[in-house]
Amino acid sequence: MKRTLVNASLLAAGLLSLSTQAADIEVSVTNLTHGNHFTPLLIAAHNNDSHLFHVGEMATPALQKMAEGGDISDLNTAVTGANGATLANPAMGLLAAGASVNSAMLDTGDNTHLSIVAMVLPTNDAFIGLDSWKIPTEVGTYTVYVNAYDAGTEANDEIINGGGMSGVPGIPAAPGGNGGANGTGVMDGADNMYVHTHPGVLGDTDSAGGASDLDSRIHRWLNPVAKVVVTVK
Amino acid sequence: MKRTDLIIKPNLIAMIAAATLLTACSDDDNVVVPPVEPEPVMQTFTVTVTNLTANQPMSPVILAAHNTEASLWQAGEMASLAIEKMAEGGDTADIAALEILDSSINGTGMLMPGMSETLTLTLAQANVANISLATMLVNTNDAFTGINSYHIAGMEVDMPKMMKYTAYDAGTEANSEAKGTMPGPADGGEGFNAARDDVDFVHIHPGVISMYDGLADSVLMPSHRFDNPVLAVTIMRTQ
Repeated sequence: MKRTLVNASLLAAGLLSLSTQAADIEVSVTNLTHGNHFTPLLIAAHNNDSHLFHVGEMATPALQKMAEGGDISDLNTAVTGANGATLANPAMGLLAAGASVNSAMLDTGDNTHLSIVAMVLPTNDAFIGLDSWKIPTEVGTYTVYVNAYDAGTEANDEIINGGGMSGVPGIPAAPGGNGGANGTGVMDGADNMYVHTHPGVLGDTDSAGGASDLDSRIHRWLNPVAKVVVTVK
Repeated sequence: MKRTDLIIKPNLIAMIAAATLLTACSDDDNVVVPPVEPEPVMQTFTVTVTNLTANQPMSPVILAAHNTEASLWQAGEMASLAIEKMAEGGDTADIAALEILDSSINGTGMLMPGMSETLTLTLAQANVANISLATMLVNTNDAFTGINSYHIAGMEVDMPKMMKYTAYDAGTEANSEAKGTMPGPADGGEGFNAARDDVDFVHIHPGVISMYDGLADSVLMPSHRFDNPVLAVTIMRTQ
């Protein structure tokens, strides 16, 4: 009997060294765009049933707040309230194009899935979105590329007017200092109210007028917009 | 008894082999038979690339073998001079000369839109680790695509891996799309220029704007625009 017990515990130790029950992970995020900033990131570990967003469904008010104004507080509260584990704002502010936040540590506890969001600035309601990615249990380094989504909550008029509150039209700011002014607005009448793949911004080359306050040479992007590297310890 | 047979058999084979060698050399006693070195076990891989763009010919690709640590570029970091020369002018000579590479081969010519090419790489099994590939989208200022360090060790024969790749911007030349700045057939302009007048970090290419979409000085047309992915790759170990 004794021998059997010893063998069993050794076996368990061996298994644990090969695969972990998702505990400590390191997360790195790189902004792959040409000239857009990311507002404070929310990196969230949660269970299989939780989502920060659903493509093809309407955004929650908490998601809208993040996508239109960069405010992750309500999403963070929702995740932690459901026993999730989060890293809120690991870059300590905006993440510029080409910049990375490296090896942010997250103790996932019993949580099995990972989501990451941040607003893409300057846009009306674009956000980077990793939706409920299953955290591997095998020790290793994993790379995931993330696309930009449109929250579907605000028309993409491309006017920079400080409007960052939910429901207020316009773009809060162009953090790179490279936005225009006096744009007449991109009017197109589309009304997809569901979270969808962002069609990208238009922009123009007239910083003092034109339709858009965005610069087509600086603020456009193609997917993917972010690179996420997850190291499972 | 059977166990004894097993021991004797190899000896018999060796004796027969020796006799054969002697017979072969019998007409010239001065020939020294060189010691037979064990042939290194080789593995052969085919890498098939397909240009998925509408109207962006790709410069002759370079396919390189290297260890697991090496990489040709890193998103968010400055491009090396070798990457800049490839991304601005399609010149892969500096990449081929990089010390981090074990070996490299080039495609036979331009990879035209819709076209495919298969490159064959034969490596000693002990050296099989990672591969990378790079090629310029020539009707752009400094767009490129390719494989950035893919692990091929341990691949089984005839089990192909299929992947698609995105277009990167080397960040070394402004995307002016202006006359005289791009080496491809849409312009016939300049390739590599040492000046770095863009963001100076590698990132995902924001795409071609074209003159039809409001970039007044652009000589590019709507068909020169692209979206990701731009390159399809099939890697297969054939032996």
